[in-house]
Amino acid sequence: MTKTITLKVNGTEHTVEVEPRTLLVHLIRENISMTGTHIGCDTSSCGACTILINGKSAKSCTILAVQADGKEIATVEGLATAEGLHPIQEGFHLNHALHCGFCTPGMMMRAVEMLEKNPNPTEEEIRWGISGNLCRCTGYNNIVKAIQWTSAKMQGKELPSTEPEFV
Amino acid sequence: MIAENFKYAAPSSLQEAYELLHEYGDDAKILAGGHSLVPMMKLRFASPTHLVDINNIPGLAYITEEDGYLKIGAMTREHELEESSIITNKYHVFTDASKLIADPQVRNFGTIGGNIAHGDAANDHPAVMLALKAEVQISGQDGDRMVSINDFFHGFYMTAVQHGEILTEIRIPVPRNKFGSAYHKEERKVGDYATAGVAVAIEIDDNGVCTNAGIGLTNVNPLPMKVERSEAVLIGSRLTTEDIATAAKYAAEDCSPSEDLRGDEDYKRHLVKVITKRMLNKAIQRAKS
Ligand SMILES: Cc1cc2nc3c(=O)[nH]c(=O)nc-3n(C[C@H](O)[C@H](O)[C@H](O)COP(=O)(O)OP(=O)(O)OC[C@H]3O[C@@H](n4cnc5c(N)ncnc54)[C@H](O)[C@@H]3O)c2cc1C
Ligand code: FES
Ligand code: FES
Repeated sequence: MTKTITLKVNGTEHTVEVEPRTLLVHLIRENISMTGTHIGCDTSSCGACTILINGKSAKSCTILAVQADGKEIATVEGLATAEGLHPIQEGFHLNHALHCGFCTPGMMMRAVEMLEKNPNPTEEEIRWGISGNLCRCTGYNNIVKAIQWTSAKMQGKELPSTEPEFV
Repeated sequence: MIAENFKYAAPSSLQEAYELLHEYGDDAKILAGGHSLVPMMKLRFASPTHLVDINNIPGLAYITEEDGYLKIGAMTREHELEESSIITNKYHVFTDASKLIADPQVRNFGTIGGNIAHGDAANDHPAVMLALKAEVQISGQDGDRMVSINDFFHGFYMTAVQHGEILTEIRIPVPRNKFGSAYHKEERKVGDYATAGVAVAIEIDDNGVCTNAGIGLTNVNPLPMKVERSEAVLIGSRLTTEDIATAAKYAAEDCSPSEDLRGDEDYKRHLVKVITKRMLNKAIQRAKS
């Protein structure tokens, strides 16, 4: 038995018919054809599928599509606007915070919520804040730098250097 | 991984939820945060025929102190505990535990009611509740009943919540004396379940005598466990180094951990001893400051 649900994804309303067992990540990728949200582990561990539900970061592989009925979803596709990249995208780009890019959409969506709640996090708070997101190739240092850069940018503060550090 | 098919309903009142649970029978399950249940359904360890989603029922998420109790609504999310000033000012055991439960995304959805109602000794809140001597309100068509946390856990995934009932509130007696509490678990990595975890809560009167003590253990016993022998040593004690060492020793002796990928039995008992001692000292320090 299917259920009809209505949800907003990046501001656009969608009405879709789904089986209750459909996962939100599949609805987003397959019904709405937005494939920026990735499936890494499919076991709630890696954070690649992180999106925002009413502003809260969530692992969309662990949420049923029917639970998103009436909710506002934000995915990586909604970050950039006609004016250009979102500061978090700019931060990741300038700080070499991605390599293969598989973890990046989830990492950025998580960072967006973190900076919304805590615009000026310490390095430790950033590391705790992304503790549910795994990156298997870039390593975390540049991701942390990117989030620090974005925090400065969003607050209009002096921007840290984006020069790579060789250690 | 996709769960087996099921029917889904999201009632907007408790009354409606009880009716649906009765109508659907034994194979219906309540869906709260979904962060224990949905993974189990995806693995097909659980295949309920119906899910009754209680997220649309208003009034089940709150944190207040009234009538001598800290009252927490069952649908209060983990992150709401982390952010509540009532909790962060006084009940440090929750802030310690919340930080170690899963990761930020999971804490955005997981509920305190679900964490306990899941009935899993690997979850962290059962030990916290045992240390705090909580009471749990279970509601159903026949009204509400209160169950002591000591009688709540019946077996693996089995609790005092009967079919057709919903856990609605957790009540913790507000401490009367100087109060300190603490939690720690050893985990292999962020988001992992405990290798061993210990929750501690103590009260100390003006003469430095301990008037109340609670110790709960995570994942070192088939059921979430309170350590009565350790509590008995502490109550009435001046919390000397020797008494703390004895309480820690009893905790390590009385639990019954099983060997798994996280460690063997001796290692886990050793952890229980070390963590109990450290958490007692931390709780005492907090009570005195
Ligand atoms: C990656 C990951 C890591 C995790 N790590 C930890 C950890 O370190 N420590 C830890 O403690 N937990 C951990 N969890 C579990 C997480 O905290 C869960 O959210 C929590 O255990 C269950 O809460 P829930 O609201 O999600 O419950 P659900 O998954 O919705 O429900 C769990 C069970 O309880 C029942 N139930 C739920 N609410 C009620 C109610 N009000 N009345 C009656 N029955 C009810 C359901 O029917 C179901 O059987 C982890 C989860 C994930 C996905
Ligand atoms: S795919 Fe959802 S957490 Fe890994
Ligand atoms: S950039 Fe490859 S996994 Fe993070």
